[in-house]
Amino acid sequence: MIETTELPVVESARQETRQIFRHRLSTRLWHWTNAVTIFVMLMSGLMIFNAHPRLYWGHYGANMDAAWLTLPRFPGWATIPSQYNLALARHWHLAFAWVLAFGLLAYLLWSLINGHLKKDVALSKAEVAPAHLWEDIKKHAKFDFHSEEARYNPLQKITYSLVLFVIIPAAILSGLTLSPGMNAAWPWLIDLFGGRQSARSIHFIMAGGIAAFIVVHLALVLLAGPINEIRSMITGWFRLETKA
Amino acid sequence: MSKIITRRALIGGLAVGSGALLSGCDALGQNADFRKLLSLGETGNFAIQRSLQDRMALAREFGPEHISPIFRANGTRVPPGDAYAAHMAEKFANWRVKVDGLVAKPQSFSMDQLRSMPARTQTTRHDCVEGWSAIGKWTGVPLKLLLDVAGLSTRARYIVFHCADMMSGQNPYYESIDLIDAMHPQTILAWALGDAELPVGNGAPVRLRVERQLGYKHAKYVERIEAVDDLTKIYRGKGGYWEDGAGYEWYAGL
Repeated sequence: MIETTELPVVESARQETRQIFRHRLSTRLWHWTNAVTIFVMLMSGLMIFNAHPRLYWGHYGANMDAAWLTLPRFPGWATIPSQYNLALARHWHLAFAWVLAFGLLAYLLWSLINGHLKKDVALSKAEVAPAHLWEDIKKHAKFDFHSEEARYNPLQKITYSLVLFVIIPAAILSGLTLSPGMNAAWPWLIDLFGGRQSARSIHFIMAGGIAAFIVVHLALVLLAGPINEIRSMITGWFRLETKA
Repeated sequence: MSKIITRRALIGGLAVGSGALLSGCDALGQNADFRKLLSLGETGNFAIQRSLQDRMALAREFGPEHISPIFRANGTRVPPGDAYAAHMAEKFANWRVKVDGLVAKPQSFSMDQLRSMPARTQTTRHDCVEGWSAIGKWTGVPLKLLLDVAGLSTRARYIVFHCADMMSGQNPYYESIDLIDAMHPQTILAWALGDAELPVGNGAPVRLRVERQLGYKHAKYVERIEAVDDLTKIYRGKGGYWEDGAGYEWYAGL
């Protein structure tokens, strides 16, 4: 969505600064809710992982079975709480899981209704053309992120779609599959992931995907101008400088 | 404008901020009111699972090809004390399982009696709260049959399992479930694992299987089954050894 207002023209270097309304209320609310929720989920999740830091494929897996991944326990600065406490980590994780799941649901419904998904996130045929994508990759390599109208670029749209429609939903569904009660209620969950221990592995991989997204996201915010980016995620208004 | 705040300051700020966040989370976690707020998640999970789940919905049962090569024994491996040692020496010939509390006719079953009652065999997955799973074939008598013989009072709301298992040397292990799980067809008092008698590490001579909940609900070394109307009067009132001692959820469906 693009709304612009005429603002005083900055004379220096013949640059024009325009204010662009970039982020809707739904996007801003969900962003900051998630900024808290995702951190709580990742860090309490690492504490839960610490209780048994081994991952398996299939229906079962315990100490005597072959693990595909065994990690040392995550340090206290990375976990909630910082001292070993599985029960408390579960309280955090299973309470904030509600915020994550229903927050995503509300955001997706709201964004469907207000057109955010269609106008800003959906990729057009032209955008996914290899030549166009290659151009975008080259622009990223030069740390040039902003299009003329500060719209999301194709790589950004692909990443957001991946997070919105694959990674977070897969994290939620694989998390539900860990619940023996949900297994009885919705047995298809076990088949979807090929077993509870596979679901636990996928849950961990999806969490890794979210963590990787955060690292890249924060790095790009820093590179793209953190004040302008953060302000636009608070107020909605983004400052765009274009050569006159 | 972005020049005013340097990247170094910003990264430093993020580090300090995340440190504050972390100690803030620890402080919140130690706050009783906040823990109460977090436990709303548990209340909600219990409510939504019970509404999504048919009362009789079964846990997945597996074929023999899915059985764990070694079924991990967890918690107490051998209950301490002379009394249990004597039962082991006698091969549990004199082990009794009492059924009392809010029942019309209190019972005391021998192991022979339990083994001669109708049995159910189920190959199910045992999910530990720590995250691991093991699949085993269990055989035992449905709890409902024992409660029917004893004549459950209409005042009964929970079934408590008392165990011959002094976990920390002070408090005995116990667990409790509500009547929905107590009457569930897969809720059995198992006396066999695989095709052998229940091993000591897995709760000999008899343990609870409550298949739609996590492992710590599956009380081992069961000596007494008590029907009650209120859990708050038992031990520290949270309905189980781990619930009392470590703050685990009473409803362990997830």
